[in-house]
Amino acid sequence: MPRETLPQVVTANALIEGDVVYLSADHGWTRHLQQALVLTNTTDAEIALAEADSRISEVVGCYLTDVRVTASGPQPVHFREDFRRRGPSNYAHGKQAAAATAA
Amino acid sequence: MYIYDDFDHAFLTERNRQFRAQVQRRIDGALTEDEFKPLRLMNGLYLQLHAYMLRVAIPYGSLNPHQMRKLAAIADRFDKGYGHFTTRQNIQYNWPRLSDVPDILDALAEVGLHAIQTSGNTIRNVTSDHFAGAAADEIADPRPVAELIRQWSTDHPEFQFLPRKFKVAVTGSEIDRAVTRAHDIGLRMLRRNGVPGFEVIVGGGLGRTPMIGKVLRDFLPVADLLPYLEAVVATYNLLGRRDNKYKARIKITVHENGIERVRDLVEARFTEIAPQFDAAATAAQLARIETMFKAPALHATSDLAYQAAYSADPLFRAWADTNLHPHRDADHAIVTISLKAHGETPGDATSDQMRLIADLAEAYGHGEIRISHEQNVILPHVARADLPAVHKALRVQGLATANVGLISDIIACPGMDYCALATARSIPVAQEIATHFDALKLEHDIGPLKIKISGCINACGHHHVGHIGILGLDRAGVEYYQITLGGDGTEDAHLGERTGPGFAYDQIVPAIDRIVRAYLHQRIDRNESFLEAYRRLGAAPFKAALYESEAANAP
Repeated sequence: MPRETLPQVVTANALIEGDVVYLSADHGWTRHLQQALVLTNTTDAEIALAEADSRISEVVGCYLTDVRVTASGPQPVHFREDFRRRGPSNYAHGKQAAAATAA
Repeated sequence: MYIYDDFDHAFLTERNRQFRAQVQRRIDGALTEDEFKPLRLMNGLYLQLHAYMLRVAIPYGSLNPHQMRKLAAIADRFDKGYGHFTTRQNIQYNWPRLSDVPDILDALAEVGLHAIQTSGNTIRNVTSDHFAGAAADEIADPRPVAELIRQWSTDHPEFQFLPRKFKVAVTGSEIDRAVTRAHDIGLRMLRRNGVPGFEVIVGGGLGRTPMIGKVLRDFLPVADLLPYLEAVVATYNLLGRRDNKYKARIKITVHENGIERVRDLVEARFTEIAPQFDAAATAAQLARIETMFKAPALHATSDLAYQAAYSADPLFRAWADTNLHPHRDADHAIVTISLKAHGETPGDATSDQMRLIADLAEAYGHGEIRISHEQNVILPHVARADLPAVHKALRVQGLATANVGLISDIIACPGMDYCALATARSIPVAQEIATHFDALKLEHDIGPLKIKISGCINACGHHHVGHIGILGLDRAGVEYYQITLGGDGTEDAHLGERTGPGFAYDQIVPAIDRIVRAYLHQRIDRNESFLEAYRRLGAAPFKAALYESEAANAP
């Protein structure tokens, strides 16, 4: 049985801060997975990744990662991506700190 | 401790200037990440899950108070107010901005610290016994030799692109606190017929294929040290595999070629290159370094304050029982400051804690601080009379946890909370084990027990040599933990044996609890430690405790 093909997003780390970022629909970079551009076919995904890879003075280490699309936006499939989205579990640092400030 | 001379300062200034320009070219887009990555790794800068990480070398684990205060100041100014001490006696900053790293390196250079060769396929920070120069059981202080090796290996042009990273550890005691048998090269100082030298161990290592090192030379005179080390690394540089990253460490080279062949090649190379070394200049440099590691002048003190506190204060008594080690001078003690407060992250210290440690080292410890591979901090020379005052001060900053060598004194790698290579989390597992046994008030009853946790197969958490080792893996997209038992990182080095199937994240603490309870039920008495009981009983009763109750509960 062929593996289920899931939608994908392009993710990377911001060049200066190292923050986890996602390619957004307006082809900028967002720190929020909900605002990520969701790519539903392989060709689009590869084009988006190639575009992201070329933006070397903005981000580092672009790759495609699977998501599940839900009513509250795309959700990570793998726990690693869940941690990347959230920040470390021992301190409210990184994205958690940013979320607390924004709230 | 070693004091930089003009050559060292000039070298570091130039190196930092170069890296500042490299960072600028990366930010400007003149360098791609592929071009920049080897340059940043040469300077200890990684990209982790959520941010960059800067790994700063603490040479053989030795710091002075001035350096510790600088580490604290960097944590406050450029990071989030803390640092993480690692199993290689380094410190890692988890949140630096790329554009700040050149300023951080300049700040470190002010106190003679750097991040050179803390990454990459080079000779890494030389590690050593954290009780060096103080332990009653010591034959000789290993730090001058470690410093000599640091100078030889730093920016060594032949060894900047080895097949893989290369780690050297030195111990000056029969009691091996530096895990020398799990290093690419382990050096054990000894004397033969009055001549000082080393037993040279090669090809140890943990990681994917754990190996206990083998003796390459049973006695190497001190005068031959550098040409011999150069011969070993040069032999590895040619013979080591570059076709497969997982088979590139010298342990595999030794395993595949046999220790005899490696020895023959090393000896041949040694004979060839030894005449090129200026033995007299090396001896003079070692002698110069040794003058910088003179033992502090220790004064006889009264034991009365210690005795009074010991009998009156149960908190002090518990701390003194676990966190002190015999000093070679009977009026002094070696103090281990635990960075393992229950529920905190193993190895983390806040900037306030670092400053307090610096103050205490200055006031009571002859200005010496050590970082252990077990992720604790050591004040190696404290007068016994001053111990109550030190303990009282440590309590203010939450640094007086009485648990050194006990179940909550856990080594844990950063795991998937930070590390890009990790396959599962380590830190929360360590936190939960510590709080679990603390809540039960069982820790002191359980006695000496080393738990070591790695969040991936690379084994930064030394799980193979933990009495109980925990390895976090990703099994079909779920965190999954394997247990090993009976490992030992001392002079009796031994790799732990896997118990069987692993456990899910929410089952790992109950699993450890079952192992510990099996030990408590089966030990002869409190004097039989977990490791001794395991060696006497074998794995069977522990496996039964681990799996039988689970089978009984299965649906």
